[in-house]
Amino acid sequence: MTQAAALAIGVQRAESPGLWTLAWRRFCRDRVGLVSFLIVVFFFGLMAASGVHLIAADWSKEVGVNYAPPTFIGPEVADGGPSAPGSHGGERTGEANPFDPLAGVLAEIRAASGAASVAEAQAPTLVFGGDRWGRDVLQKTIKGTETSMFVGLVAAVLAAFLATVFGALAGYYGGWIDDFFNWFYSVFTSIPYLLLILAIAAVLNQKGTLTVILILGLTGWTGIFRLVRAEYLKHKVREYIQAADAIGASHPRRMFVHILPNVSHVILVQLSLHVVLFIKSEVVLSFLGFGVGVDTVSWGSMLNEAQSELILGYWWQLAAATLAMALLVTGFSLFTDALRDALDPKLK
Amino acid sequence: MLAYVTRRLWQTIPTLLGVVLLVFFLFTWVGGDPAYLLAGKISNPEQIENIRRQLGVDRPYHVQLWIFIQQIATGDFGESWATNEKVSAIFATRLGPSLTVLVPLLAVDTLLAIAAAMLVAYVRGSLTDRIVMIGCTVGQSISILVYIIVFQYVLAYQLGWFPVQGWGKGFAENLLRYSVLPIIVGVIVSLAPDTRLYRTFFLDEINQDYVRTARAKGMSEARVMWVHVLRNASIPIITNVMIQLPGLLAGAFLIERFFSIPGIGREVILAVERSDFPVIKAVTIYVAIATMIINLIADLLYRVVDPRVQLK
Repeated sequence: MTQAAALAIGVQRAESPGLWTLAWRRFCRDRVGLVSFLIVVFFFGLMAASGVHLIAADWSKEVGVNYAPPTFIGPEVADGGPSAPGSHGGERTGEANPFDPLAGVLAEIRAASGAASVAEAQAPTLVFGGDRWGRDVLQKTIKGTETSMFVGLVAAVLAAFLATVFGALAGYYGGWIDDFFNWFYSVFTSIPYLLLILAIAAVLNQKGTLTVILILGLTGWTGIFRLVRAEYLKHKVREYIQAADAIGASHPRRMFVHILPNVSHVILVQLSLHVVLFIKSEVVLSFLGFGVGVDTVSWGSMLNEAQSELILGYWWQLAAATLAMALLVTGFSLFTDALRDALDPKLK
Repeated sequence: MLAYVTRRLWQTIPTLLGVVLLVFFLFTWVGGDPAYLLAGKISNPEQIENIRRQLGVDRPYHVQLWIFIQQIATGDFGESWATNEKVSAIFATRLGPSLTVLVPLLAVDTLLAIAAAMLVAYVRGSLTDRIVMIGCTVGQSISILVYIIVFQYVLAYQLGWFPVQGWGKGFAENLLRYSVLPIIVGVIVSLAPDTRLYRTFFLDEINQDYVRTARAKGMSEARVMWVHVLRNASIPIITNVMIQLPGLLAGAFLIERFFSIPGIGREVILAVERSDFPVIKAVTIYVAIATMIINLIADLLYRVVDPRVQLK
């Protein structure tokens, strides 16, 4: 061993990197993990930007003609394909939009009839197509991403919070408290997850983002609870907890100040796993019409519209929602795997 | 064995009681007075008064709970608020179509997933393994809704290989004509996660000493994998299949809804849409009971597969 290497080891020992530093180093070595991390960061940025109305703020504006095809296909393809009975004549000209001779006339007609709410001319094509009312599918997808991701994240945080509190109490105190929470757990797990969600949706009988978050968060804590409880059972007999007891730390302090940081990596991985699960559940709920409200757009509601659009040959809304969701879910899943490998190298 | 089963059944009573309390709490406190819900659906005030008397809404909570427990014990949940059909009749007629789709679906999916997982576990680390695993990850990330929409559109609507939706009269017609596409879609959706999961089960076994011993004895690779490794990996596989069972019964509702299969799942969706509480209550309770029984059967099956397992 060279002197430099020995020195390097000495320096490392002196630093004594913590769990998170070590995990970060391991994570950086994982190329797939890093790429997926960038995807997740990108989606977070998208969600934040859309949340503060930086982008896609006017997604509900009807900027294009009905079912405007994507720009990369061009307006003439729509003529060959099956056209909806209600489609405007504007897209039939087959010319590029700046030279559209009818655009001005049509706009006048619409303004005169009072039927159209938009003042400016409607574009014959949009970047990734338009929906039934001529709304930009790209902006709609961004808005849908915001809703679906927000629901998944907040619901997962809620579920992880409940699971941590329940798991800590059950694992730390044991005895009848443990029995009680285990009973609670077995009650929740003996009803299939989706059936439970639907039953609660039926009872609440109101749509909305908050409702979906509550439904998912209040029912989804069981898996995390089991793991957190097992970790607390393991940690409460360790020496550092006996030491904490000896210096007079209270029970809540031992539970949440001493043990919690040592089990937080388990919770973090589970949190990340549940974000994906809840996003998928939200999409199904919203698709069925038990999810977000009618004035909100989510991937689920987009898929719901896309179903009837596909029959008419308009595939772009389906493709946009599917692509966005597949990209985020794949990225998040791979990120979760990398996170688990980085935080718990023994598992590998 | 009998003592074990008796004790296990005895132990399910508190859980069952919990489920009953949870469902009762949901539908009585959170759900509110059914009269308000029904006001828009049933115009006849006499009928609403009838339902209120039948449910005992105006009586104290413990009386209502007792009525609910009696309903569960006798299996008589009254009539659907939406269609006036007896809830027990709904169950009897919807179970058949559900099983017609679900039993073949589960069987085909399990067999294919086991074969695929064993193959990729056998060539672990190779290009095939990595491509299949990436394919599974991507396949899993696409919503089940997209699979159903696209398959129904392409295979049934455009190519006309299958009926778009519907349900016939005879069992053979239903199974061979109307169930094929739903089964294909269901298998494709569940194949990816199952293959990934079963692969890890096989990987746990494939490096064990007994595998090396079997090879040293000169056994063929096929026998080593299909007899020795499979039998040892089957306990977690059985667990996974059993866990899926009750969820499938209600969870295939998307497939049933899209393909208009008159099964339990579609009935649940309809009931949620119509706030048809008796149907949802009955389904929830009975599926929970089925889950507990299936868990017990799974534990007994462990013993059959692996005689070393001690039932205690």
